[in-house]
Amino acid sequence: MSGYAFTFAGADLVALPSGGLHWPAARLLVVADLHLGKALRLARRGGGLLPPYETRATLMKLDADLARTDPATVLCLGDSFDDLEAGAELDPQDRDWLARQMAGRFWIWAEGNHDPGPGVIGGTHLAEWQHGGLHFRHIATPGGAAEVSGHYHPKARLAGQRRPCFLIDGDRRLILPAYGTYTGGLACGDPALGALMGPGAVAVVTGARCLALPYSAA
Amino acid sequence: MTALPPALSDWFAAQGWQLHPHQQAMLARAEAASTLLIAPTGGGKTLAGFLPSLAEIAADPRPGLHTLYISPLKALAADIRRNLRRPVEGAGLPIRIEDRSGDTSQTQRRRQRADPPHILLTTPESLALLLSHEDAARVFAGLRRVVVDEIHALAESKRGDQLMLGLARLQVLAPGLRRVGLSATVEDPAALARFLGGGAEVLLADPGPEPDITMLDTGAPPPWAGGGGRHAIPAILDQVRRHRTTLIFHNTRAQAEIFFHHLWLANTDNLPIAIHHGSLSREARARVEAAMVAGQLRAVVCTGTLDLGIDWGDVDLVIQVGAPRNVKRLVQRIGRANHRYNAPSKALLVPANRWEVVECQAALEAVRARDLDGEPRGPGPRDVLCQHILATACAGPFTADALYAEVVTAGPYAGLTRRDFDACLTFCATGGYALRAYDRWQRLMLRDGRWRLRDPRSAAVIRQNLGTIIDSELLKVRLKGRGGGVPLGEVEEGFAASLTPGDTFLIGGEVVRHEGLREMTVEVSRSPGREPKVAVFSGTKFATSTRLSERILRLLQAGRWPDLPAHTAEWLALQAEVSRLPAPDRLLCESFPHEGREHLCVYGFAGRNAQATLGLLLTRRMEARGLAPLGFVCTDHATLIWGLEPVTRLDGLFDAEDLREGLEGWLAGNAVMKRTFRNAAIIAGLIERSHQGRRKSGRQAAFSSDILYDTLRRFDPGHLMLDITREEAMRGLVDFSRIEAMLARVRGRIDLVRLRSVTPFAAPLFLEPGRIPVQGQAQERLAEAAAQRLMAAAGLT
Repeated sequence: MSGYAFTFAGADLVALPSGGLHWPAARLLVVADLHLGKALRLARRGGGLLPPYETRATLMKLDADLARTDPATVLCLGDSFDDLEAGAELDPQDRDWLARQMAGRFWIWAEGNHDPGPGVIGGTHLAEWQHGGLHFRHIATPGGAAEVSGHYHPKARLAGQRRPCFLIDGDRRLILPAYGTYTGGLACGDPALGALMGPGAVAVVTGARCLALPYSAA
Repeated sequence: MTALPPALSDWFAAQGWQLHPHQQAMLARAEAASTLLIAPTGGGKTLAGFLPSLAEIAADPRPGLHTLYISPLKALAADIRRNLRRPVEGAGLPIRIEDRSGDTSQTQRRRQRADPPHILLTTPESLALLLSHEDAARVFAGLRRVVVDEIHALAESKRGDQLMLGLARLQVLAPGLRRVGLSATVEDPAALARFLGGGAEVLLADPGPEPDITMLDTGAPPPWAGGGGRHAIPAILDQVRRHRTTLIFHNTRAQAEIFFHHLWLANTDNLPIAIHHGSLSREARARVEAAMVAGQLRAVVCTGTLDLGIDWGDVDLVIQVGAPRNVKRLVQRIGRANHRYNAPSKALLVPANRWEVVECQAALEAVRARDLDGEPRGPGPRDVLCQHILATACAGPFTADALYAEVVTAGPYAGLTRRDFDACLTFCATGGYALRAYDRWQRLMLRDGRWRLRDPRSAAVIRQNLGTIIDSELLKVRLKGRGGGVPLGEVEEGFAASLTPGDTFLIGGEVVRHEGLREMTVEVSRSPGREPKVAVFSGTKFATSTRLSERILRLLQAGRWPDLPAHTAEWLALQAEVSRLPAPDRLLCESFPHEGREHLCVYGFAGRNAQATLGLLLTRRMEARGLAPLGFVCTDHATLIWGLEPVTRLDGLFDAEDLREGLEGWLAGNAVMKRTFRNAAIIAGLIERSHQGRRKSGRQAAFSSDILYDTLRRFDPGHLMLDITREEAMRGLVDFSRIEAMLARVRGRIDLVRLRSVTPFAAPLFLEPGRIPVQGQAQERLAEAAAQRLMAAAGLT
């Protein structure tokens, strides 16, 4: 695997090509914005009936990362479910699958704007989490320090392609790409992201392997 | 026979107008259930379609909708309203005529549904919307006639299929409905009559005098490759000077832009010349149209957007730059000159390169022989049917049996099986997935034997997505500056993504500099005097038609070419001497080394899209055989492949079965398929159109349809949408049907000529743009190198 290793606020982290974040010393895997149950939520609201396979596609990706990193702790950094009902409506097969992944691990569901409360799936539900000097929350805060977040689904442009990316702004801020299958992205350069990134910020694009480039060029 | 109301006859007489024979004939056929009128441009077809309606309404002017007129263009509907009002008001007839389109105000639209005019002029999309409302049955109950204008143009796209489903619906709501189709000259009137349906009979008007059409003598020979016709600018300007108003048609918007730019540089007399195409802002187009109607312009550089019959005043010359690709379209374009009945139209062809000289000559002969072309369209597409099912549910509950019986009365769907219909209905209701995930949240529910919307609120979403025209994602182009900037037009998102600040490109005839991308707008500044770097926004690449290709092959076989300019005739003779000339019943392949690379040139004459597909399929098979292909380039008649190893034997390289197998493998992950899927998925109601405003606010919520395509392929490969996508691609951009037709034509008679160097026919292909590299890991390596350069440049490691 070709992840991108870097040090953030004193922690040695690896950005995985899948969009997950691995902290080997802490035996921690962080994934943001899974948006499980998105297709079903859109259907419930009377929209198009999208291929209902995004949950298992996301879980398959997660399976691979779990096997690769063998974490003791898994942190889902908000918007894990597309809304609060989505957990209850998961296909039984998918729900069993998720339960198998959670078994024997400390599993944290951080709160997101799509899932702002505890659902019916087990695990620990937290608004935000601090660990080893890092501060984990769904949405970045203006004055954040050593802060790891998701929410924005950042995407970078590289050699004519647009790919999901990590954004690293010194030791202040780390933003994860969306991990879920049915997720779009916000382009680097969007004012919402630009306001959060300092001059030396780096974008790490995901894909077959991770590649770093300056945020200003992404 | 229905007689004209006396007031109208008197008014006609006062104007000195006399009805044409076909206009009389339409009056005589007023009671016929279905009529297809084929008449040349300027023949008063539209009036012919309306005369029976005017007569009937004048005789019985009770309120209510009597006639529905449908045209492919909003502008045409508005134009017709003005033209129709003149005789109606002149004769003092109590007839209310209104038009309705996306531009009609909400209040006006609501009023039109409550109190419809006698004659409503509209577009297929607006009709679909009207039919999706609960009150459709009431609005259309008294409808007597429907007139479909420019039906030949509608029949070439899904808009026509949608419209015919709409007519089937109307026929049920108004059983006595009579239909009329109005068409320009077409190659197969019977097929168009079947499309119109209702047992249509064909009425052929006098086709008028032979057009006066020749190839423009430009003095200097055209270049060997490329397009645009820059070499012809002095000769074209000379023609513009000698005529009142000239239309200069180009095949693509990009070519029109580049040509217009250079035309202005050469226009030392400052002749008033404008440009008009679909990527320009609405304001810019409206300005040109107004100037045109006012007779202020001497020439307009344009594309297909001016193809349809709006009356642009006094055009006396049509110039077609670049080979016409399709004889029927050429004839229709020529008809734009001398928009008067019984006056010959004058047109000039300007081949843009040496090959196009041959193609233009073949097209000239076809026009003179009145030998029109057209590809048969195949059965009605199922994505359009899915949309129709959803729209029908918006209007009210229906039974599957009744809707199926209705749908098969529409010409394009006459052969639809019940099984295929049921699959579409299931898709609309449950998504039709192997995983039954939506049982609780079905879109359509079956209750008391009738299908209806589960959630009535979803009607709004469905209505918003009606229509079969799918624009590629467009970004607005504005001049950077105070007050938001002047809008210049639109470019495709893909094109905008390829620009970096400082790049220059052409739009609206101006060279502009890309300054940056802000929200959904490309900001530019004027950059006069610079050479534009690129202009590659949109522009459908029409492939040369099968029939025209056959004619070219026959022309090549003539052996002597007295009608061709000497430079081109000599070139053909040299090819015959050095190698061979392609023949209608054989496939010629040339193999030769050139500048350290080995080349294979395949003269398939299958049209640009099919030749590109052939390039992809052949290079894959060559890769497997260790021939190390590096890339290829294609035109409408040939594909040139280069690589490291010489091709000395073909053995089975063109085996149809193997090619088809390769197609399945290659096709699946191809960008062409993903684009085809996106369009079909939007039409079928699987995904929503992105509206500019919504995209701006919810960018991170919208995800690419490519993800849906990949997910579906991975988890549900037998799904209906994939089946539809495959069918669409096969007859659209992939155009495999023409590869199969080509192989059937040559029946194994494939000649491989091994030569020591490049041949006269192959040489121009080396100059063609659009070379496609054959790559695997290359993309990843490129991205890596680019990332390293950027990091180094920024002083980061």
